[in-house]
Amino acid sequence: MSEEFKIEIVNPEKSFLVKEDVLEVVVPAFEGEMGILKDHISIISFLKPGIIKVFSKSGDENYYVEDGIIEFKNNNLSILTSTIFAVADLDKSKQGDLLKKAEAEASKSEISDQAKYLADQKVEVLRSIN
Amino acid sequence: MASLDDLKKRIASVKSTQKITKAMKMVAAAKLRRAQESAERGRPYSEKMNNIILNLSNGISDKENAPKLLSGTGENKVHLCVVMTSDRGLCGGFNSNIIKKAKSYFSKILNEGKQLKIITVGSKGNDQLKRVYGDKIIENISFKESKNANYFDADKVGRTIIEKFEAGEFDICTIFYNQFKNVITQIPQAQQIIPLNNEEDHNNSDESYEFEPDEDEILSNLLPKNISTQIFKAMLENSASEQGSRMSAMDNATRNAGEMVDKLTIEYNRSRQAAITKELIEIISGAESL
Repeated sequence: MSEEFKIEIVNPEKSFLVKEDVLEVVVPAFEGEMGILKDHISIISFLKPGIIKVFSKSGDENYYVEDGIIEFKNNNLSILTSTIFAVADLDKSKQGDLLKKAEAEASKSEISDQAKYLADQKVEVLRSIN
Repeated sequence: MASLDDLKKRIASVKSTQKITKAMKMVAAAKLRRAQESAERGRPYSEKMNNIILNLSNGISDKENAPKLLSGTGENKVHLCVVMTSDRGLCGGFNSNIIKKAKSYFSKILNEGKQLKIITVGSKGNDQLKRVYGDKIIENISFKESKNANYFDADKVGRTIIEKFEAGEFDICTIFYNQFKNVITQIPQAQQIIPLNNEEDHNNSDESYEFEPDEDEILSNLLPKNISTQIFKAMLENSASEQGSRMSAMDNATRNAGEMVDKLTIEYNRSRQAAITKELIEIISGAESL
């Protein structure tokens, strides 16, 4: 039996990625990283800033996301996110821009604890990509 | 009757107007294609978002303590209306149709003795509404600098709305925009986004989900995003509608200018002929009288 399932990543502007031969996806869920294999139970969760790792027959890919919601149902994984970049396309200058933005956000004093936590996460993840 | 020179000038000026409207039509057609594409590409996101929220709200056991964005404040006193229009004119009935729809809604609300607050998105709507409802407009947002509708702008509007909701400034929020059907038809829409109105489709799918973290927390995270998504959808539909409306308006204008040029040319030729005939008669009658 095949061990593949379908992934669809959409952002508000377009359908970002559709793949049918995915073996495993690791998503940065809010309460910790979560690996999803075929026949996972139906689940809805949301993401914190981090790296989505897609393992498929046609190659592995990594994506940097800042937020999002995932839904897994009937071996269809949908990821809705507003900010997503393929790590491979993320050059130094773009990464620097994002990092600067995240750092500025994290250093604001009047933001809520949750926003602060998310901003710190962004900084951490972006630094780790190097 | 206008002199020959005047007619000539008029023909020239109508012709140059025609050139402008023709160019605008072509620009609008090119932009329309792009706007339409992005409206279509944006659909999966908002549809999926809707689906998830529907599943989530079906899964919520405790309706009483559901997030306020979903269930409302329980009151119905202050209405916030977000009227989304374009920043540029010359697009036919596009803006007036939204305004007309919004105005009829406004007067309904005011007749019921409720309080009304307005946010206008796009400068044209603000221009048309500030004369009558100037004291009701609490904010005017304009995205003149951004070329295309983008999610970042929508998120900004969404955040403003949520901030105001959390500060208890209104109970019910409705957005007004034009839904793009085709180039000649755009339907003005009033869509209630707070509280979320999903009574029409209650397909009680017995799909049981696992939630991580629990439903309430996901919902309270998701709902603000949904508002931005809905606004983004409205912005995409609006920009496609705007270009479609402009295209057909400019098409009409070009055709009308063509008709006008034809009419003026006939008039010009007639009066030229009349002048010649008049001169001939003068010469002949002068010769006869000798």
